[in-house]
Amino acid sequence: MSALTRAEAEGLIQDVLEVYPEEARKDRKKHLMVNDPAIEQSKKCITSNRKSLPGVMTARGCAYAGSKGVVWGPVKDMIHLSHGPVGCGQYSRAGRRNYYVGYTGVNTFGTMNFTSDFQEKDVVFGGDKKLAKIFAEMEMLFPLSKGITVQSECPVGLIGDDIDAVTQKGSATLGKPVVPVRCEGFRGVSQSLGHHIANDTIRDHILEKGLDDDFVSSPYDVAIIGDYNIGGDAWSSRILLEEMGLRVVAQWSGDGTLSEIKRTPKVKLNLLHCYRSMNYISRHMEAKFGIPWLEYNFFGPTKIAESLRAIASRFDDRIKEGAERVIASYQPMVDALNAKYVPRLQGKKVMLYVGGLRPRHVIGAYEDLGMEVVGTGYEFGHNDDYDRTIQEMGDATLIYDDVTEFELERFVAKIKPDLIGAGIKEKYVYQKMGIPFRQMHSWDYSGPYHGYDGYAIFARDIDMTVNNPCWKNMQAPWKKELP
Amino acid sequence: MALRQCAIYGKGGIGKSTTTQNLVAGLAEAGNKIMIVGCDPKADSTRLILHAKAQDTIMSLAADAGSVEDLELEDVLKAGYAGIKCVESGGPEPGVGCAGRGVITAINFLEEEGAYEEDLDFVFYDVLGDVVCGGFAMPIRQNKAQEIYIVVSGEMMAMYAANNICKGIVKYANSGSVRLAGLICNSRNTDREDELISALAAKLGSQMIHFIPRDNVVQRAEIRRMTVIEYDPAAKQADEYRNLAQKIIHNKNLVVPTPLTMDELEELMMEFGMLDEEDESIIGKTAAEERKVIQIAAAAGA
Repeated sequence: MSALTRAEAEGLIQDVLEVYPEEARKDRKKHLMVNDPAIEQSKKCITSNRKSLPGVMTARGCAYAGSKGVVWGPVKDMIHLSHGPVGCGQYSRAGRRNYYVGYTGVNTFGTMNFTSDFQEKDVVFGGDKKLAKIFAEMEMLFPLSKGITVQSECPVGLIGDDIDAVTQKGSATLGKPVVPVRCEGFRGVSQSLGHHIANDTIRDHILEKGLDDDFVSSPYDVAIIGDYNIGGDAWSSRILLEEMGLRVVAQWSGDGTLSEIKRTPKVKLNLLHCYRSMNYISRHMEAKFGIPWLEYNFFGPTKIAESLRAIASRFDDRIKEGAERVIASYQPMVDALNAKYVPRLQGKKVMLYVGGLRPRHVIGAYEDLGMEVVGTGYEFGHNDDYDRTIQEMGDATLIYDDVTEFELERFVAKIKPDLIGAGIKEKYVYQKMGIPFRQMHSWDYSGPYHGYDGYAIFARDIDMTVNNPCWKNMQAPWKKELP
Repeated sequence: MALRQCAIYGKGGIGKSTTTQNLVAGLAEAGNKIMIVGCDPKADSTRLILHAKAQDTIMSLAADAGSVEDLELEDVLKAGYAGIKCVESGGPEPGVGCAGRGVITAINFLEEEGAYEEDLDFVFYDVLGDVVCGGFAMPIRQNKAQEIYIVVSGEMMAMYAANNICKGIVKYANSGSVRLAGLICNSRNTDREDELISALAAKLGSQMIHFIPRDNVVQRAEIRRMTVIEYDPAAKQADEYRNLAQKIIHNKNLVVPTPLTMDELEELMMEFGMLDEEDESIIGKTAAEERKVIQIAAAAGA
């Protein structure tokens, strides 16, 4: 059951488009659709991965965000240098909550900000000399770092600095990988291009430069790909895989290391959680090393069980039995959680607007709690994401791509969901409207949400948000009607 | 007299810097107070005034000091012949960094430090070859140069460049007060050069403000890092520059130019015999194909 009938949903999209000038209306129309799960190919009804319109408010990020913030940033034993003015590095510092273990500043560097701090003179005379000096200083101060990535900010691309030459020389001098990443923020339409560029640099500058020859593989080796360990997500995922008998030898890239990356081409199966940001490297490893990859979903017990069985089906009976054992062992916990929370959340309607894998992957977790997702959309998805989403969403629900601030507000005003799951840019707008809201990028500083342990936290968080007594007290006392 | 700000543009190698410095020497000789702002990473806009190889530039001094905020005006301003104040924006060696940003930074610095508030009659900007990016348009943006002089000769590419520069001026003329003030013909001794440049100027809606004949004394002075007016004040060429200076002092002919289309420009060149009528039958034909056509024609003739 959707919140609206198909006719109402189509009417709502028309109403929203009405206010745009003609050109904009024509463009935005292609990014909004009413779902029909019978559709097989999303390209017939939604357009994605296009430039945002000037004049609207978009929640998208940039290529630098996709590379430094998402893919490379969590590789904890390498130093990721934000090459350019200081702001990009500082404002993206540690904001994504990619948890890791290690001694920060000694053998891990995740929450630190390294920047070349461009000044006018660096723009005018070029930043290459400074870059070479920075490599030497880093090596002196942080000799245990396993390598360096140079994350290009916009000015580097504008002045055409030859970072490839400097990094090549730096790599030879230091005897460590020094990776040039041309992820200037103005490239592409969103952070999505940054993911792709970062994947390509891992391929060209790490995997192509030699693998971990000393690594002894086992028949049960898997790698977790596209889990950024936000709030500990990868940790609550890997224990399930280990409990069923698999050996997780690499995490890409949450709490991950360079040596884990270099041994990944020896695993038996790559397990891909965030398809959007790491399908590129998974496809490469399949083509080059013959390693199959499998998408999975560790949000909510239904999808977890489905995924564990799908993963086990790629291995022998020992693992298949292991999967069943794991599912059975957590069932009492799931039953207890559902007994507690489902009655409090049953029938509540949710609207989502997130990125990466979440606009589709978290649907099952809400459904496990008895809730219904009535609208969803991606900031920077491509049509292969929407192909996967259509089947997860109910009939006549709304799907919106790169939704504008205005559109989402209108949709919410009409649909009146019981919960919105989006990001920090949306949070306070909707809270001030009196609508319960959870950040679904950072888990609102909670988490993990992956795995069975994550489900317990997710269920608690959703309950305390939706059923928080504060929402009943949103109206100012003097605006209340007198008895 | 109110401060007049002039920018000199023109094709690379046409003689902008030489003409500017000789002209400025003429203006200074007539009692005007002047500042030259070199807007070219080569930093050769002030050498004849300062008798120097190359002046320390704002950007190189800023790089040494840490940032441009660490500089004082007296660090970058040098006085030369007849009290002419000289400053070079500077920039990177070829192939790195952003020279355009250097010009923007340097001019902003001069403004903030009050270089223009001093008792000046003229500021001359000597700008690198073509307006390749926003940085090199800095001198003609709002509140900067209002008069543009384009140095040109009767050579085809120099005229193309002059016409392109006019397109840039139109863009900024619409949003500000910049105007084309005239073409300065720096002669290369091509045929009917003065007529041709006068005709081009007329089509652009402007004037050829002066025709500077070719004279070796300019090179002789230049070897000595001097302007002609300083090196040999009695030379005939010195009078040419004095003449140009007087014309600029009295120039009231400031216009929004009307750039020519490519066809119009080529027509003008054909009129003066610089360009042959276009033969469309030869476009895209290789030498081998041409030989074949000739053979066929010869066979048919036989």
